[in-house]
Amino acid sequence: MDTTFPRLLAHHARQRPGDAALREKEYGIWQTLGWADVYVMVGHMAHAFAKDGMQRGDHVVIVGANRPRLYASMLAVQVLGGIPVPLYQDAVATEYVFPINNAEVRFAVVENQEQVDKMLEIHADCPSLARIYYDDPRGLRNYPQTFLSHLQQALHDGAARAAELPVFVQEHMELGQPDDVAAMFFTSGTTGNPKGVVHTHRSLLDRAKAGADFDKLTSHEEVLAYLPPAWIGQNIFSYAQWLYCGYVVNCPESAETVTIDLKEVGPTYYFAPPRVFEGLLTQVMIRMEDASAIKRRMFKYFMDIARAHGPRRMDGEAMGLWPSLMYAVGNVLVYGPLRNNLGLSRVRVAYTAGEAIGPDLFSFYRSIGINLKQLYGSTETAVFVCLQPDNQAYADTVGVPCSGVEIRVADNGEILVKSDGLLKGYYKNPEATAEVLNADGWYKTNDAGFIDSRGHLKIIDRVKDVGRIQGGPNDGAMFAPKYVENKLKFFPFIKEAVAYGDGRDRVCVMLNIDFDAVGNWAERRNLPYAGYTDLAQKPEVYQLLLECVEKVNADLSADNMLAGSQISRFLVLHKELDADDGELTRTNKVRRGYIAEKYAVLVDALYQGRAQQYIETAVKFEDGRSGSVSATLTLSDAKVFAPVGRAA
Amino acid sequence: MSKPIGDVILNVQNISLSFGGVKALADISFDVREHEIRAIIGPNGAGKSSMLNCINGVYTPQQGQIMFRGQTFSHMDSHQVAVMGVARTFQNLALFKGMSVLDNIMTGRNLRMKSNLFLQAIRWGPAEREEMEHRQRVEEIIDFLEIQPYRKTPVGQLPYGLQKRVDLGRALALEPEVLLLDEPMAGMNVEEKQDMCRFILDVNDEFGTTVVLIEHDMGVVMDISDRVVVLDYGKKIGDGTPDEVRNNPEVISAYLGTGH
Repeated sequence: MDTTFPRLLAHHARQRPGDAALREKEYGIWQTLGWADVYVMVGHMAHAFAKDGMQRGDHVVIVGANRPRLYASMLAVQVLGGIPVPLYQDAVATEYVFPINNAEVRFAVVENQEQVDKMLEIHADCPSLARIYYDDPRGLRNYPQTFLSHLQQALHDGAARAAELPVFVQEHMELGQPDDVAAMFFTSGTTGNPKGVVHTHRSLLDRAKAGADFDKLTSHEEVLAYLPPAWIGQNIFSYAQWLYCGYVVNCPESAETVTIDLKEVGPTYYFAPPRVFEGLLTQVMIRMEDASAIKRRMFKYFMDIARAHGPRRMDGEAMGLWPSLMYAVGNVLVYGPLRNNLGLSRVRVAYTAGEAIGPDLFSFYRSIGINLKQLYGSTETAVFVCLQPDNQAYADTVGVPCSGVEIRVADNGEILVKSDGLLKGYYKNPEATAEVLNADGWYKTNDAGFIDSRGHLKIIDRVKDVGRIQGGPNDGAMFAPKYVENKLKFFPFIKEAVAYGDGRDRVCVMLNIDFDAVGNWAERRNLPYAGYTDLAQKPEVYQLLLECVEKVNADLSADNMLAGSQISRFLVLHKELDADDGELTRTNKVRRGYIAEKYAVLVDALYQGRAQQYIETAVKFEDGRSGSVSATLTLSDAKVFAPVGRAA
Repeated sequence: MSKPIGDVILNVQNISLSFGGVKALADISFDVREHEIRAIIGPNGAGKSSMLNCINGVYTPQQGQIMFRGQTFSHMDSHQVAVMGVARTFQNLALFKGMSVLDNIMTGRNLRMKSNLFLQAIRWGPAEREEMEHRQRVEEIIDFLEIQPYRKTPVGQLPYGLQKRVDLGRALALEPEVLLLDEPMAGMNVEEKQDMCRFILDVNDEFGTTVVLIEHDMGVVMDISDRVVVLDYGKKIGDGTPDEVRNNPEVISAYLGTGH
């Protein structure tokens, strides 16, 4: 792709000025911005930024939800040859200090008062930060700081400057080259400081193109942008591919209205991490349990048909006459209305990634006729490495390499990737760059996996996490913690799991209940509980989870590589693992090492075979205050199974 | 404050109100200035709601008069009060439970609708344009109070804290100059109280609305009010800034009891 983001914008604005580019729901109505409108807005913003002293190569922090003006500000920064650095909007203020100082950021564009407050909180620690622009002025009128600017005012000033310097934007757009740095994304990182992943226009657009070609995306797609823009996935789906394909990106009214907005927009190209799909399914199931008897029976009957035939139908296999007929009836009575209710009736291509998705969950969506697929990629690869073709979506693989990608499996099982979409490097961190990018241009993904007989890539775990059991009956057996945790998390009652076993004689896990699902389960059994901590420690809940754990063990015993990873003991944690407490990354991945330190007494108690353990934990509330929770936790044994045999 | 506190807009003079032998209010006088947040506090049965009901025209005081914007009234008429730009919310919510949030707030626009019932019913011509204007205003309020996710939800299905917010929204729909709030934070948890405080401050700040509020929670009152009136058993025992009131010995004894 020999172009840049601003040039693509100019192209759309020239070719199809009146077509919709961005929509935002405001005051209850979807307000549309055409390509020409966006172009004008970006131009004026670039003028305003330039007037305030923004230079080529400046890093500009962008913090907020998906808002048209924040998108425009990223483009405006790129017009000037600057580098937008989107940061997670739900991070606490201190998490911004490192990125801002690391990249000597002078300008920040933020969404609202909440973000401005955070910037002001860290202002003293970030001497380089000179100007903060905000989009929503609500509550900010009486802020005395002179380095705060309202974007609306900036646009106004920019318009005046644009009248004086009509060719300024044009000239700057031509200065920008495809191999210039286009954006930087900070990876959450499970240890140490986050690393800034540097991408060029070429690398991002190359991958945007590869993904778009793979699924034949057109300018007619509708996309709902609701995930954090700081996450590269959202950036590819609603920014890079938006500009490459020229489709419409819709911004929801607020985070709380996403499900309503999803139904109104009816996206054709949709992305969600597994937990969103899980949440949608849980809602459907809870509402079905409250439905009338006739509806419940109809739902059950047709869902059985869908389960039996739906996935094969999606894979393009022939169905018998009778199943085809029954599926068609089910489509009218159940699947169609259900898709509509989920807001997914127009979906042509839906993707999930980021975490492993449960096979039941995955096939549920495919069985009701939603083309849900998986993909594999990371921030460093600009997302698209592997994608599942329409007719070959398997729950246990992540698809085939897409165009422009070469894949190799190293001797230690690590997946190596080569493509035009690879990162340029980690910002100001040549050692870390050298660790992952070798001289021949291969990127080390840190993921262990293999290419299966169908040519699909299958991921087992992070390379560094794959360990060995030491001592005990399974001495030397392979231990893949994430593999075990994912199997546990596929149960609706288990929200998080943390498995330990490397260098130990057996595997123990700590579990988090899913408060909604277990709470609902308890209510249906007239089981009273006083709150999260109380519910988590109910003997009935332990029994429920014990069944889940033993099912996982039975499953693992059939796996010739991982039979030794069966869980011998577990406990249910008294508090939810939370990113604010540092226990999860911002993308909701468990930080196993940190948790092991923080809950060392619990880990010890598990391995020492104790039946109970008292624990007190400090917690941080959303408003920044801290407190503590304490509980006496029960530790439970689980049954392990003899390996079924060596036959794969 | 974006708008400085101005002249006296509402002046309550020597109001007395009794129900049979019970003296609810005895010779109460205080004033409210433009753009300020004025609180009326007092223990249970102090006469706070009665005071608000006198201003609002629900009760007619036996003695005394109320001056509003230079006009003097011996009793207020509730419809007249609303036309003059005074809106209120209720301690025990008086919303239409079966109607959506949007429709409930829309009812607050009633006074400002000019087209007749017939035109409204067939939603034709000027009535349609008018409804669109009003809807726009209502949407701004929904946005202001951050209740977008519940726009179409029947009010009866919402949690109490949100119903209170809708109640406030309906009062705001009148675009009042003076807003009377009857225990806006009663029965709320800490977080809901914080939200409500922010909305009251924002209303006062962004629209310049004068706010008269009755509240139980001393902490809240002291934090957000410009001036406070303290009632006890129908008598005024204190009046002044939060600090003055806090140090007033009579107020302290009414709230904390006296040593014997």
